[in-house]
Amino acid sequence: MARELNTGAAINEAIAIAMRSDPNVILMGEDVAGGGDRSKEGTEEMGGVLGTTRGLVGEFGMNRVRDTPIAEMGLIGTAVGAAATGLRPVAELMFMDFLGTSLDPLLNQAAKLRYMFGGKVKVPLTVRTVSGAGMQAAAQHSQSLYWMTTGIPGLKTVVPSSPADAKGLLLASIRDDDPVIFCEPKGILNQVGEVPEGDYEIPLGEANLVREGSDVSLVAFGATVAIAMKAAEALEGAGTSAEVLDLRTLSPLDEVAILTSLEKTGRMVIIDESTPRCSIARDIAAICVDKGFDFLNAPVKCVTAPHTPVPFSAVLEKAFLPSAQDVLDAVGEMG
Amino acid sequence: MGQMDLSRETLIEVYRKMRTIRGFEENLQNLVAAGKIGGFMHLYAGEEAIAVGVCSQLSDADLVGSTHRGHGHCIAKGVDVKAMMAELFGRATGTNKGKGGSMHIADVDKGMLGANGIVGGGIPLVTGAALTAQVLGKDNVAVGFFGDGATNQGQFHESLTMAANWKLPVLYVCENNGFGEFTPTEFVVPVKDIVERARSYSMRAVIADGMDFFDVYEKAGEAIELARKGEGPTLLECKTYRFYGHYVGDPTPYRNKEEAEDWIQNRDPLDIFETKATEAGVMKSDDFRTVDGEVEILLREAVEEAEAAPMPEAADVLTDVYVRY
Repeated sequence: MARELNTGAAINEAIAIAMRSDPNVILMGEDVAGGGDRSKEGTEEMGGVLGTTRGLVGEFGMNRVRDTPIAEMGLIGTAVGAAATGLRPVAELMFMDFLGTSLDPLLNQAAKLRYMFGGKVKVPLTVRTVSGAGMQAAAQHSQSLYWMTTGIPGLKTVVPSSPADAKGLLLASIRDDDPVIFCEPKGILNQVGEVPEGDYEIPLGEANLVREGSDVSLVAFGATVAIAMKAAEALEGAGTSAEVLDLRTLSPLDEVAILTSLEKTGRMVIIDESTPRCSIARDIAAICVDKGFDFLNAPVKCVTAPHTPVPFSAVLEKAFLPSAQDVLDAVGEMG
Repeated sequence: MGQMDLSRETLIEVYRKMRTIRGFEENLQNLVAAGKIGGFMHLYAGEEAIAVGVCSQLSDADLVGSTHRGHGHCIAKGVDVKAMMAELFGRATGTNKGKGGSMHIADVDKGMLGANGIVGGGIPLVTGAALTAQVLGKDNVAVGFFGDGATNQGQFHESLTMAANWKLPVLYVCENNGFGEFTPTEFVVPVKDIVERARSYSMRAVIADGMDFFDVYEKAGEAIELARKGEGPTLLECKTYRFYGHYVGDPTPYRNKEEAEDWIQNRDPLDIFETKATEAGVMKSDDFRTVDGEVEILLREAVEEAEAAPMPEAADVLTDVYVRY
């Protein structure tokens, strides 16, 4: 059975299922319970700044759902320590921009403990974080920094594109024995879609071929999958058959699926809502050139944001984000 | 607690640990100078009473986080000395299979969550270990060692805030040796004593003589007992001194020679321990010299075996990054 849920509700459901099935799973972060003074009548919890975790403290209690101080390094670092010693924490980093105030425990501890200790420790930590532009949240609350976490060996990075994927990928992330950065793109948080009931996992490291085609490959992830689908429909009207591959996870990266699609179509466009330098888009372009050169019938195209901070004004933010038209333009340039 | 309530057997083991740490560090000083060991190395000599005073009251289930100056904590927590030496030689038989080195020696089976190359980096990790104990209702405790310099880090303040709020079963042990790298503590720390910082979080905070095993033992013991009973965290500030510089090879031009000589000649924690244990009539001079000889043999074997041990295979660079990828 499936029902219609938005992505936030699907994420809430995944956390609840994970917490019911494993007493070692805890939820911690700024406002994840969200206040609510139990000694005072007429107060209730916020359940996160976007309401994503509402209701969980009621079911699981304050021992397992913990509001932390607004101290990202302390909260993420404590979650790393808890993960290394037997818990399976789900820590919320409210916005991915706050990587800046939380980085050492991820970069120098979570990512490296297992390797530095010769394989003798596991860090089964999931950091959930809202990423991306689209809510006029401006330059410090809108970045897609998954390229940064993907660039750190020892971390895994997941970027879902739909409510159903968000639920299955989050359950897999929480149950994964390695540290996972789980992005929740703003572009999909309010997206509504069919979500299967019950407990299911979508494996990390396997891309999803969401649309088959023969003329051009559109590789996307997170909020750009919808853009790629829209572009593919427009291309079909113009007689071009586009294939859309949803990466689902950036680390591990399903290189086989990317190269298989390229071999089939000979043309590659990567759509990435982040900035271009050192980006996932350019990384995949390099893989296509390095390992798929003989398949290429045209230059690889990257459709990304410009190399700027994220602007506030709705007009500017729209100009910042990649669009289906940008994809069509890129395909057009390939000839 | 009377200082000499400890049995002769216990005190012999305490001394063995302290002597092993001292000898381990003296060996390293020579091995690095001889070019036999590479990398960055920070010696713990002079601070032995702290690691042993605290860790001799912990079980393997109690978790310890350490620092870049971590050899002493590892030895005190029961990590195998030969495997540690092999690690420093970069051997496959090392505690970390040659992947960690001096600043990352770890043995989770012994409750050693690792030395840590990031100043302050271990503090949230032990806070998280204490969170695990609290969430799961276990009675083990976590102990974080760090220097005076780390108390300027945000990680220190953020962690102490959380531990105090949640009454986590954790003991924070500040080894205040008077220098952060080369800079005197008073140049960069605006409070006279580090305990003031913990007290600002309404955390229990106690100062101990870090050169006196018995003082550290007694004060750490009280804090550990309170933590086990669910009465929350303590910061124990141990006043101490580094006998060597910040790193092996540090010529220490920044410290006063008379002051250093005074600490080294008159306040050596091994000498203080021997005097007190002897005067109390619990240990005899022969006990000490017997242990000295045994430790010397152990360390000689550790070096010989490490030098003879196999190097890692080059292909091992690829393993242990992920559990499953």
